[in-house]
Amino acid sequence: MAHSAKTIANMICPAPFPEKDTILLGHGSGGRLSAELVRDIFLPAFQNPILDRLDDQAIISMNGTRLAFTTDSFVVKPLFFPGGDIGSLAVHGTVNDLAMGGAQPLYLSAAFILEEGLPVETLRHIVQSMHAATAAAGVTIVTGDTKVVEKGSGDQIFINTTGIGVVADGMNLSASAARPGDRILLSGTIGDHGIAILASREGLEFDSEIKSDSAGLHTLVADMLTVSRHVRCMRDPTRGGVSSTLNEIATQSHVRIELIESEIPVRDEVRGACEMLGLDPLYVANEGKLIAIVEADVAEEILIAMRKHPLGKDAHIIGTVTDAHPGLVTMRTPLGTSRIVDMLAGDQLPRIC
Amino acid sequence: MKYIDEYRDGEIARALSSEIVEICTRQWVLMEICGGQTHTIMRYGIDELLPKGVELVHGPGCPVCVTPLEIIDKAIELAGHPDVTFVSYGDMLRVPGSRSDLFRAKANGADVRMVYSPAEAVNIAKRMPERKVVFLAIGFETTAPANAMAAWMAKRQGLQNFSMLVSHVLVPPAIRSLLSSAENRVQGFIAPGHVCTVMGCEEYEALVKEYSVPIVVGGFEPVDLLQSILMLIKQLEAGQARVENQYVRSVSYQGNLFAQQVMREVFEVADQKWRGIGLIAQSGLRLRPEFAEYDANRVFDLHLITADEPEGCVSAQILQGLKKPPDCGAFAGRCTPQNPLGALMVSSEGACAAYYQYRRHVAG
Repeated sequence: MAHSAKTIANMICPAPFPEKDTILLGHGSGGRLSAELVRDIFLPAFQNPILDRLDDQAIISMNGTRLAFTTDSFVVKPLFFPGGDIGSLAVHGTVNDLAMGGAQPLYLSAAFILEEGLPVETLRHIVQSMHAATAAAGVTIVTGDTKVVEKGSGDQIFINTTGIGVVADGMNLSASAARPGDRILLSGTIGDHGIAILASREGLEFDSEIKSDSAGLHTLVADMLTVSRHVRCMRDPTRGGVSSTLNEIATQSHVRIELIESEIPVRDEVRGACEMLGLDPLYVANEGKLIAIVEADVAEEILIAMRKHPLGKDAHIIGTVTDAHPGLVTMRTPLGTSRIVDMLAGDQLPRIC
Repeated sequence: MKYIDEYRDGEIARALSSEIVEICTRQWVLMEICGGQTHTIMRYGIDELLPKGVELVHGPGCPVCVTPLEIIDKAIELAGHPDVTFVSYGDMLRVPGSRSDLFRAKANGADVRMVYSPAEAVNIAKRMPERKVVFLAIGFETTAPANAMAAWMAKRQGLQNFSMLVSHVLVPPAIRSLLSSAENRVQGFIAPGHVCTVMGCEEYEALVKEYSVPIVVGGFEPVDLLQSILMLIKQLEAGQARVENQYVRSVSYQGNLFAQQVMREVFEVADQKWRGIGLIAQSGLRLRPEFAEYDANRVFDLHLITADEPEGCVSAQILQGLKKPPDCGAFAGRCTPQNPLGALMVSSEGACAAYYQYRRHVAG
């Protein structure tokens, strides 16, 4: 063993990594890689004042009416999971992107990319689920498209939905609008959707079934805005989870966001699954939760309104907006120390041990 | 949640922190071995709760970080074979080899799959007899029994299309290697609780005697770590050197005898390269000759693939406690988790990655 002392003193490191030249799964994770694609590829080509806001929806003014306009594609596997399916998800996702702009969602398009060999019965189930979701949300699918690709060129079914809604006068919600002193509200438990999908995809079994939280949030939003218009920003923390959404807000608003770990609600089953798999619930996807940045003096009032709504009954004030270290999200731990809550680099990977 | 909440309790943590401050009269350098422990220390800011004289340095116990470059290169080469289905634990997929990583191999058409259990790799081989299924069996003593079990199951089921690319490392030889270095500063070790759940505490007795250094087997929650640090400092202040077990809810003195037996049946101790460290004699595991038919090196004749790590960063000094990650000129600039230059930035459990992820606002 004598030689090992010498080896350790001469420890060396691997080489720098070559430039990124290929699309990886991580580019679709909603984290830093996704943001780089937007910054380096999409924005330089498409740049315009409406797009540059980089919110979940575009706000377009036409003849005195303000329209919210958004689009989203759904590629979830498995197609059916506890708490929902790709059809209901495709409706909720787009309804929520409109609602986060303070819009009343009205009309949706639905485009289907089907893989050769998909059973028609599966498609029928999904379409019926979409119908039920639109009926519940009070929106109508008014146009659509279907394409079929060869077997092996898709994964059963991909759905794109686009939505239009109307934004009330004076409503200017934006991820750029957070200001020091504001409070951060979260509508309920985090990580439910991501863990439900992971568990059903990987065949992981837990004592109690973890259900996706997939839901349309527009009525919750309406209740909140009825109480107070002093809401600066609303986002639904989907891919990339709460951490990615808050990092985007911190960056776009040039503020620091300080969270209190003990105030962030996580279901025990989800915590257990995350502990077991080495995942952090802050990075796990949600499909029926919202984050609202509101002025401090209306925070309690809005919180009470949220808790009266079934989708906001577990709502909490999870932190504040400050001005030191703009662009950073930090969290006060139960030990009283502070740590960074970083944006996810790519997909969150289960740790080995 | 039981066994979690009480070990993250702020009041208990502060009480332990006060006790450490009270009994500590001198400067001490302590090392936590396991990357999971480093991760907790950074995530919860444990170092902020210690007296100034107590310095924590971060050991080589991140299995992903220390897996040698040439193993990653072999993995990528194997994954590129059109008839191979390559199966791995998730966090190995992003680790850079000399030129690429497994995520990129997958993007370029390789059949790369992530599993949570090695048994799943065996099941894939069973389900797809037309594919050659290779499992990347890496890790410390923690994953070794389950990885051994995969080879054992494959043999019992007579599978012809399953093999393993093995790169296993062992903790005690790494501690010995650190202690025998002329530059060693570490005066007490927190041994990795999960490794000891498998191996027990006994194999640390020789190190304690030989080097008069206290070793406390510790858990992974903030209260575990603070209690382990307290136990180490109590010993150090009293001039003692013993093996103690803080992680009693998981670790017994003997360890898991069945797991050890499976390991012994399938693996034998061998010399092993560590990424960022180099060769340490008798510090790894390889398949026994009886399991040679499951050795991917033999099945695919990979012996010619070697890779030496070019010089460049300060992993070496960090692992010895001579430097901290922010002391490195590349830290958080050229070297980030997205573009890791060094071994300690490649996995979230590496010391550099843990500093970057949780503490660069304090460190910076």
